[in-house]
Amino acid sequence: MQSAPAVETTGLRKSYGSVHALRGVDLHVEPGSVFGLLGPNGAGKTTAVRILTTLLLPDDGSARVAGYDVVRDAAKVREHIGLAGQYAAVDENLTGFENLEMVGKLYHLGRGQPTARARELLSSFDLSDAADRLVRTYSGGMRRRLDLAAALVARPPVLFLDEPTTGLDIRSRIELWDAIEALVSGGTTVLLTTQVLDEADRLADRIAVIDQGLVIAEGTPTELKGQVGGERLDIHLCNEERGEEAVVALASIASDRPFLEDGSVRVPVAERRGTIADAVRRLDDAGIAIDDISVSTPTLDDVFLKLTGHAAEQEGEEAEAQAR
Amino acid sequence: MRGLRYGISDTLVLAKRSLLRIPRQPDLLVGFTVQPILFVLLFVYVFGGAINTPGLDYVDFLIPGIIVQSIVFGGFVTALGLADDLKKGLIDRFRSLPMTRSALLTGRTLGDVVTNIFQLIVMFSVGLLIGFNFSSSVGEVVAGILLLLLIGYAFSWVFAFIGLSSSSPEAANAFGFTILFPVTFVSSAFVPVDTMPSWLQPIAEHNPFTYMVNAARALFLGIPAENNVWLALAWTLGIIAVAAPLSAWKYRRVVAQ
Repeated sequence: MQSAPAVETTGLRKSYGSVHALRGVDLHVEPGSVFGLLGPNGAGKTTAVRILTTLLLPDDGSARVAGYDVVRDAAKVREHIGLAGQYAAVDENLTGFENLEMVGKLYHLGRGQPTARARELLSSFDLSDAADRLVRTYSGGMRRRLDLAAALVARPPVLFLDEPTTGLDIRSRIELWDAIEALVSGGTTVLLTTQVLDEADRLADRIAVIDQGLVIAEGTPTELKGQVGGERLDIHLCNEERGEEAVVALASIASDRPFLEDGSVRVPVAERRGTIADAVRRLDDAGIAIDDISVSTPTLDDVFLKLTGHAAEQEGEEAEAQAR
Repeated sequence: MRGLRYGISDTLVLAKRSLLRIPRQPDLLVGFTVQPILFVLLFVYVFGGAINTPGLDYVDFLIPGIIVQSIVFGGFVTALGLADDLKKGLIDRFRSLPMTRSALLTGRTLGDVVTNIFQLIVMFSVGLLIGFNFSSSVGEVVAGILLLLLIGYAFSWVFAFIGLSSSSPEAANAFGFTILFPVTFVSSAFVPVDTMPSWLQPIAEHNPFTYMVNAARALFLGIPAENNVWLALAWTLGIIAVAAPLSAWKYRRVVAQ
């Protein structure tokens, strides 16, 4: 099982009436990696997670999680997964401790283990002080941390995080990211859905961009960024009139033709390393003085816009609302 | 065998969860303690004097009736809880766990049995304090208590269905109390049926609550049961036979989206 993919889907399809949530999705997630499923609301991310966590049956196609078929071996799948969702599914009328202990018992952990594991997780998620308080007194960030802790009770090898930071403020978001990164270093495979591009960029080893039920691009964050032209040097000259000369001088280090824009010279580069020094040297040799030089990295926002023709965080909300 | 053991332990875990909610939600706690006591006192001391119950003190007439009504609504926690779980996404968490899936419903309804026992203790204690007396054999009293618990269990399944069919706990609340609550009044629970207008009497007489209340009176007060006990039992089992599979079906439909 070591070399088998942690998650693998083939031609996954699901429709809700006339709404096609998934239109043939193939995914392949290596064990121990973080896989980001990136897309706007209504793209089909949540539907994919619901199928992979056995909450929903696919109309067509197949999916295996931790080596088990999500339809035929659903019970086995459930023993190997953890799910944390966008709703922070914890019981408000129980304390943090009671929530985790209950989940441990429902995972059928051995005698005494649900209690010990609950204490351990509360401590590692910085919730020990609030352990015996009812969850309805928790802040949004605390609930999400408890939700994530609940997903980890049985130390599942595959963890599904459906928009784990939606609705959180920046500080809580960063805290949760740290928690997720700590997990991954422990070898857990994580499939994460998000419409927050920074989140996928920061956490994921590989990203599949999903839009309207189809995977429209897949690769490492760097590869995806490469699709919109990679990195770029932005050079502001002391004398803007020498821009054309600079373009000629820098052409040989550029991956694509340098161009002038807003009084700066833009130089697309394939490899960041060494290129700044190189550019400085060449301009110096040509006797062109530099006022400022910087590297700009394309964001996943740029990727998304280029791939889908629309920005990431808009539309589709009604479609998903209808579908649910 | 292992499946059965897990089924039982999962049910117990979720029954405990369902019960923990009651003391932690002030409105529920009041609903299960202060409210039934107030109802007993109101009926006995305010309305009782105006209600003529030949052959019985009003307190003896009332207690079996009001206990049937309370126990029917004991399962209301199940409706609230399920509607809440659906709305807040907790059902998804549970369904992603390797637990016995039916435990979500059996845990709730089992929890209600414990609630019902608590209700019986509260109601009988108040009743005994204000003059209610058992005047039947111990065997009959025990049979009466078991019948009441079975009635409570049956309505837990009705409330499970209501909870699963409601868009929110508030909707479940409205549905339960606007439909079921008045129906319990058109019965022999609070007044003798023959004091009602003649057009209403046949409805009240054939109301299953009337059979249940009459059965409880027969078993606690030693008055002739006629066939009320058997009719009450048949209705109760019939309600379970319909409401439990209906709830299970509704549950599968609701979550498969």
